Amino acid sequence: MLSIKDLHVSIGDKAIIKGLNLEIQAGQVHAIMGPNGAGKSTLSHVLSGKPGYNVTGGSVTYMGRDLLAMPAEIRAREGVFLAFQYPVEIPGVSNIYLLKAALNAGRNHHGLPELDAMDFLTLVKDKVKLLQMDEKFLYRAVNEGFSGGEKKRNEILQAAILEPKLCILDETDSGLDIDALRIVSDGVNSLRSAQRSFLMITHYQRLLDYVVPDEVHVLADGRIVKSGGPELALELEDKGYNWLEGQAA
Amino acid sequence: MMAAVQTADTYAADYESIAGQLPGFDQLWLQAFRHNGLQVFNQHGFPNTREEEWRYTNLAILNKFRFVPKLTAKPSAGFADAYCLPHARSLMFINGVFSQAHSDLSGLPTGVKLLPLHQALQQNPGLLQSYLGKAVDDGLHSLIAFNNAWFTDGLVVEIAENCQLDKPLQILHVVTETEALAATRNILVLGKNAKAEIIETFLGSTPNYFTAVVNECFLDNHAELTWHKIQLEAENAAHFGGTYLKQADNSRFTHHQFSLGGLLARNDIHTDLQTAAECFLYGVYLGENRQHLDHHTRINHLKPQGKSREYYKGVLGGRARGVFQGRVIVSEQAQQTDSEMQNRNLLLSVDAEVDTKPQLEIYADDVKCSHGVTVGQLEEKSVFYLQSRGLDEVSAKNVLTFAFANEMVEKLENPQLKALLLQQLLIRFPTIKL
Repeated sequence: MLSIKDLHVSIGDKAIIKGLNLEIQAGQVHAIMGPNGAGKSTLSHVLSGKPGYNVTGGSVTYMGRDLLAMPAEIRAREGVFLAFQYPVEIPGVSNIYLLKAALNAGRNHHGLPELDAMDFLTLVKDKVKLLQMDEKFLYRAVNEGFSGGEKKRNEILQAAILEPKLCILDETDSGLDIDALRIVSDGVNSLRSAQRSFLMITHYQRLLDYVVPDEVHVLADGRIVKSGGPELALELEDKGYNWLEGQAA
Repeated sequence: MMAAVQTADTYAADYESIAGQLPGFDQLWLQAFRHNGLQVFNQHGFPNTREEEWRYTNLAILNKFRFVPKLTAKPSAGFADAYCLPHARSLMFINGVFSQAHSDLSGLPTGVKLLPLHQALQQNPGLLQSYLGKAVDDGLHSLIAFNNAWFTDGLVVEIAENCQLDKPLQILHVVTETEALAATRNILVLGKNAKAEIIETFLGSTPNYFTAVVNECFLDNHAELTWHKIQLEAENAAHFGGTYLKQADNSRFTHHQFSLGGLLARNDIHTDLQTAAECFLYGVYLGENRQHLDHHTRINHLKPQGKSREYYKGVLGGRARGVFQGRVIVSEQAQQTDSEMQNRNLLLSVDAEVDTKPQLEIYADDVKCSHGVTVGQLEEKSVFYLQSRGLDEVSAKNVLTFAFANEMVEKLENPQLKALLLQQLLIRFPTIKL
């Protein structure tokens, strides 16, 4: 599904990612953990096509194609979805408008007809229930005045409707209380399938209690310094990141 | 100055031939009123950019053409039907003259008097004499003087104490004749506790004309007036529309402005607020090509506990120019005034321009006043957010620009009006599919 080879990324002159390798197979859930400033968010931004980053070396192959050569919107239409750490508020654009525009952009791209209003509404209402959201959310402006938890739930709602192949969750657990974390995690778990992969970026082990990953990687100073099973997350929770930082140098 | 005087001379020469046809010519007091206006205008010509409140707005276009009232034009304005809101009471002016055939004056609720100005002058000249020129005078600027001299008709609305309109009143100003001057004067008097909703709509089916409308509104204690101004003038039209108010204690005025049409449009809103009176001014201007859209507001807090909110947004593309001059004056007596003013602008092209000038003049010490202005482009993070959901950059920017303007449509409570404006907005954003 996703193959990252010796990736180097800088912002301006500053190198952030310094030779990162990662392989994610279809259906797998990978977690990336690491201290602040390790390059976690940079990785998610580069994969989703956010401008402002220079890829200075290496490659990213997604479904056999060069991901970095695609504009952000093509990545999205090809099934790459980023759940933002800080979802953007868009006054004046309703959730339902965005969902429809996004879904149809993807369908057009794949030569499929646009969903008619009835089918679309049925689909959306179904997913709204899954995320335990109020239908009224659909008619509110995107993320405007939403609480932290509501914003994160809204990101997962979008994923549920757009049905991406690769779902990147950038600190989706941050700012969530325990109930919201459970709802969001249930949402993520319901999206898990043999055809869909996840890259979960998180600072804490907490999320991994709910969404159990296949592999855990530790990112420090722009490189993956350790990989392992779910038990690695527990070890990190116990010992912190300091014992690994030496290995990054 | 030479040009101004020449223009004034031209208009003065035309005036001689038209004066006898203007309503109320037989009434001496009105003759004197018009004569004063004419004199001020003749001395001054149209306002010019050396005047502080006209600094950003050049009225040269008014000197290029010779706009004259077309009083005998045949009223036919079928194209305007599409803009008549079915649940409103429509009243139509065609080329500045009230059209009985396009207006509904039947079945007015108790306490509501509604007459075209030329009839009101016959039936109740005393009422007009006591209100005309009392909310604004020709000392403000020479377009007021111009309107005083030239107005060809208008509407007189009187709503008695505790009474209200049964449905919104839609006043349509339609121009069908080239080089027409459509100058009207409207008087609105709301008694204590009276309520009214007005939808002022400007339309034209011919390229060059000049609309010059002055509204004077008098709100007694606790009266409530909601006013929508829908400016959809034809492409090359010049527009001046001023609404001037006297607000008694605890009265409330809400104004929603949509500036979409015309080549050159100037809008004035001035209000004088007595104790605990409130005014809310919202507006959006969408300029493209060479449009010039000027919004000038003056909120005069005269007595304590007044409240004012002002929120204007502008979207300017092409070589369009927007102007926002918002002035809030808090007099020495107006303690506990609560006032906020905001103007946000989006410039879509390098040649687009906005001149924004919020002015707070505060002479009281216990007040809460703020203002803010932004001029800029769309936020990159918002554009990227939409791209990350599959929208291409052009569509993403289009959606965000539409949304920026649509916020002002969303504020409307009248669903029919909301639908009409949404439709008008979508004409400007053809790729948006709602």
